[in-house]
Amino acid sequence: MPKYLLLKHYRGGPAPHRPFPPMDQWAPEDVEAHMAFLKHVSALLEENGEFVDAQALTPARTWVRYGGPDAAPVTTDGPLPETSDLVAGWYMIDVESYERAVELAAYVSSEPGPGGEPLYEWIDVREVMSDAP
Amino acid sequence: MRQLDENALRTLVPRVLAGLVRRGEDFDAAEDALQEALLEALRVWPATPPRDPRAWLATVATRRLVDARRGEAARHRREEATYAEPPPAATEESQATEEGDDTLFLLFCCCHPDLAPASQVALTLRAVGGLTTREIADAFYVPEATMAQRISRAKRALQGRRLDQLGDLAVVLRVLYLVYTAGHAGRVDLAGEAIRLARQLTLATEEPEARGLLALMLLNHARLPARLDSEGRIVTLDRQERGMWDTREIAEGVRVLQSALAVGRPGRYQIEAAIAALHDDAASAEDTDWPQILAWYDDLVALTDDPVRQDPAAVLGRAVAVGHVLDAAAGLRETDRLRKVLGERHRWHAVRGYLHELSGDLPAAAAAYADAARRATDIAERDHLVHQAARAPAAELDDWSTAHRASKLSAADSGQEGLRP
Repeated sequence: MPKYLLLKHYRGGPAPHRPFPPMDQWAPEDVEAHMAFLKHVSALLEENGEFVDAQALTPARTWVRYGGPDAAPVTTDGPLPETSDLVAGWYMIDVESYERAVELAAYVSSEPGPGGEPLYEWIDVREVMSDAP
Repeated sequence: MRQLDENALRTLVPRVLAGLVRRGEDFDAAEDALQEALLEALRVWPATPPRDPRAWLATVATRRLVDARRGEAARHRREEATYAEPPPAATEESQATEEGDDTLFLLFCCCHPDLAPASQVALTLRAVGGLTTREIADAFYVPEATMAQRISRAKRALQGRRLDQLGDLAVVLRVLYLVYTAGHAGRVDLAGEAIRLARQLTLATEEPEARGLLALMLLNHARLPARLDSEGRIVTLDRQERGMWDTREIAEGVRVLQSALAVGRPGRYQIEAAIAALHDDAASAEDTDWPQILAWYDDLVALTDDPVRQDPAAVLGRAVAVGHVLDAAAGLRETDRLRKVLGERHRWHAVRGYLHELSGDLPAAAAAYADAARRATDIAERDHLVHQAARAPAAELDDWSTAHRASKLSAADSGQEGLRP
């Protein structure tokens, strides 16, 4: 019954197991197969009664801080905008155990990439704090 | 519109379900049909209350079952009803017993050991607790569709199994305990539900552990009014305002516990209840009978061959008692045995923080609380531990630790070994 986020990243995380080009350079049928797999994962989680949420984030990000009294907010792209860690989206799951979360993350990671081969993408697993008093 | 008595409606659900299953209906289909009847009742009863609510539910559920059978192309399996039909309830007492029998029968169905705990809990809350899928989903912060699927899959997993055999009561007790500890989110008070179901269970079985569990829940629940402060922050047992405890619940808990212990077969829930009773009996934290609590913990860890591995929570609780009866250093040594098993859990670090604080080593306490905060898995606990960590290094010897030192000094006067001056 703990909840986990399975996060996909545009960039960042451990070095890719098998480096792959960005998706806009894949063959169209490979892109379609990839998208279909991600949809299938949602359906699988729903079927299992493990689904809580799934979201995708746009690749635009802004860091914002307080500008000071009577000043506008201060924004920046960040120190290393081309290479810094950037979350692409997540599945939020409600599962029996950490082991099950790892199993599901590995399954997501097997998603098809260029040529239909598994992507071996690193999936970021984070536990969600519960609200129970 | 009249105010609907939802509690009364919920109580009818397991009665009607048991009746349907006993007369041969498939458990899965009957439970689905009854859930639909329940939803319709919630919709129409406020405006048009039925004369006989139980008959209304049974009739509507049956109609749904018949419609479903007519529409179904697949073969419809029927479970053989081998559970003996209980004689009609003549007196209020036998009606209560019948209610208990229904509950027990359904609990064994829903708490089938082949199901995962989350599924057992969800199915129990729907089929025995009479909650709607939406209410259960809200209580666990998952989408309604997810909870509906979880319950459907659980029931599909049960198909083909004989549901009339006496199951393992220990599994049922564990499920009710899970329901109790799940907390209260949404409109439904799960702790209250667990107590209600445990009460019904004690009507159906003589097993003292069932009474032990009920007593434990009551004695714990009694302290609930004092557990959160006005800001919703956790107040630990040693600092709670004891005047806010529910004395009626304590009295009932003690009564139920005593009747269980009289059977002479102590088990884990009876022992945990006895410890809770001793805490509830102390007018103040300083009045706590720690030696007696330690004695009960000794019994609790003796229930398993390898308590460090099989019941580390009990060993951890016992370490706190050791800390009070002997000294904090002795308590800390007890926690060292658990480092491998519990070292990554917040509670282990929090107990060590408490013991360091008890001994007056505030920097060590602060470090332990910080370690605990980093490992907390719920927000209220995390906030509390961060607060403890921040408070500890700056704390003067406040009332709390002074009082605890004083109580240990008077124990020294009575000749107990190993106490610090």
